[in-house]
Amino acid sequence: MGQNMYEKIWDAHVIHENTGQTPIVYVDRHLMHEVTSPQAFSGLREKSRKIRRPDFCLATMDHVVPTKDRDKPLADAVARNQLETLASNCKEFGVRCFDMTSEKQGVIHVIAPEQGFVHPGMIVVCGDSHTATHGAFGSLAFGIGTSEVEHVMATQSLQQKRSKTMRVTFEGRLTDGVSAKDLALALIGRIGTAGGTGYVMEFAGDTVGDLSMEGRMTLCNMAIEAGARAGMVAPDEKTVAYLKGREFAPRDREFDQAAAYWNTFTSDEDAVFDTELIIRADEIAPQVTWGTSPEQVTDVTGCVPHPDRQKSDDARKACENALEYMGLEPGTPVTDITIDYVFIGSCTNGRIEDFREAAAMIHGGKVHPNVTAIVVPGSGLVKKQAEEEGLHKLFLEAGFEWREPGCSMCLAMNDDVLQPGQRCASTSNRNFEGRQGQGGRTHLVSPAMAAAAAIAGKFTDIR
Amino acid sequence: MEPLVKHRGIAALMPRINVDTDQIIPKQFMKRTEKCGYGKYLFSNWKYREDGTLNLDFELNREEFKGASILVAGDNFGCGSSREHAPWAISDYGFRVIVSTSFADIFFSNCFKNGILPVTVTAEALKSLSDEIEATPGVSFDVDVEKQELVTPGGTVIPYELDGFRKESLMKGMDDIDRTLKHTDKIYIFEEKQNLKTPWLWKAM
Repeated sequence: MGQNMYEKIWDAHVIHENTGQTPIVYVDRHLMHEVTSPQAFSGLREKSRKIRRPDFCLATMDHVVPTKDRDKPLADAVARNQLETLASNCKEFGVRCFDMTSEKQGVIHVIAPEQGFVHPGMIVVCGDSHTATHGAFGSLAFGIGTSEVEHVMATQSLQQKRSKTMRVTFEGRLTDGVSAKDLALALIGRIGTAGGTGYVMEFAGDTVGDLSMEGRMTLCNMAIEAGARAGMVAPDEKTVAYLKGREFAPRDREFDQAAAYWNTFTSDEDAVFDTELIIRADEIAPQVTWGTSPEQVTDVTGCVPHPDRQKSDDARKACENALEYMGLEPGTPVTDITIDYVFIGSCTNGRIEDFREAAAMIHGGKVHPNVTAIVVPGSGLVKKQAEEEGLHKLFLEAGFEWREPGCSMCLAMNDDVLQPGQRCASTSNRNFEGRQGQGGRTHLVSPAMAAAAAIAGKFTDIR
Repeated sequence: MEPLVKHRGIAALMPRINVDTDQIIPKQFMKRTEKCGYGKYLFSNWKYREDGTLNLDFELNREEFKGASILVAGDNFGCGSSREHAPWAISDYGFRVIVSTSFADIFFSNCFKNGILPVTVTAEALKSLSDEIEATPGVSFDVDVEKQELVTPGGTVIPYELDGFRKESLMKGMDDIDRTLKHTDKIYIFEEKQNLKTPWLWKAM
């Protein structure tokens, strides 16, 4: 019987396995940021431990960094301390860190691929659930807690149980105006936020093959919102072409050797998955969430649902709570929902392709007078490239703000925060209560949908 | 880590599904660099009203649930962010056991690192526990880690699954890193093999 991709990567990383004991697997790449690492560094220090492979680590500052006025000292003293702590920890333990003075700084899940730091067949971890993003490269990438961050630092390994595997096959051509973000939201709408619990998902099918690396990253990034531990896409010629020439990719003859090795990490034709799901991608419309969980989502042509029509008591209660929090009436067409704010960015949609798609929706229009719209590049290099392409001018002329890179309003740990009651079209990944600011109301959409909403002041069907 | 072998405590009921870690510990409290002191921020956005007063409609503010150490909650508990601040807050608040029909993966494993036992039960069992709490608010349950059983005064006995490795860690309060470091020789062997197979990973970067 053949093996699937997850099984191949897993088998290539088992260090120790005994019946009745949780296996120990090796970790090839450890990504770090300021929020979930300080307690792990302290733990190492208390036990006089070192980082086993500092050269396998990459750190940056993203969660709490300001996206404007970087020349001024950070007013939030607690956040400033967190950033200074990361810088001094990295210095002490010998970890490479792209700080705010570096052009390479940005959201960790944007900069690591950009630097060619993640390759097919690797196990990649980070104290951040959206580590799933890196599965786009055919790696097994997942988020871990801070205790595990310390464990990886000290041992370059993790005690991990095997996951079940689910293959999600998307078939058919995406209609214009529909993107990887819509695929992800439609999937979550279908299986729910616990639908993937216990699973690692492989995304397959011609639709996924046609996606760019950026699109695949968006899709894998959202696997965690479907409850999956990780999402992954088999490496192919796009993966190899993306990695070639990047800072931490192998070079010359070694690159070809590596590429041949990478290409072995695809599921065999007779591979078996614990669960299989096939979705017609050509039938998917642009998606908009209406509630406070990513599974509370509908087509842009749909309406806010009635709690009474939910499939269970729990879902009815959750729907009622969500509608109250979101300030929405059942039966309201999505295209009647007006917005106050637009956020374009994040580890889900903060890459160059996302900004191209968003900018293409402007068509010389202006941001609606009732709307504040911010565009936050995922990294300094994304920002630079967008500026070289002149995208920033399109945004600025239309009345969008063009900011410095960081997580920004995806989780609002810096000053980019919604006021209570404000409603935001956001390209991020979570619409949880208070995620973008206490009382703030988040609707998850694709970059093109967000840009179009900024101009119209409400959601529109961009097809 | 404090070992958990047998536990008796008041069970608090939180009948909500998809409780995410952003609710368990809102991000404004995640800028600190310590591991302790998060209990007072647990469910902060639900616990308090906008004006800062206690929200008496919130489950955990019920008088009968004061001092509760077992949390009984709806499906998919702990979804969302990987923040370990969530179990830190739960444990610091005083909870040792959480009961639900399912838990998000990362949260589930984070619990064990902090001496918290997540108990996965069937929908029928959750209903029966919830009914018992509603009928006698403030009721205490008994949780036995060794026997893998949850017992209620009403006489309900709910067996639950628990991985042997995690069970031992909980019962002994063991440090995972120490346990892995016992296999350091195997880590070296793995690294040597990897260096031969994929030398480009090992070039000084």
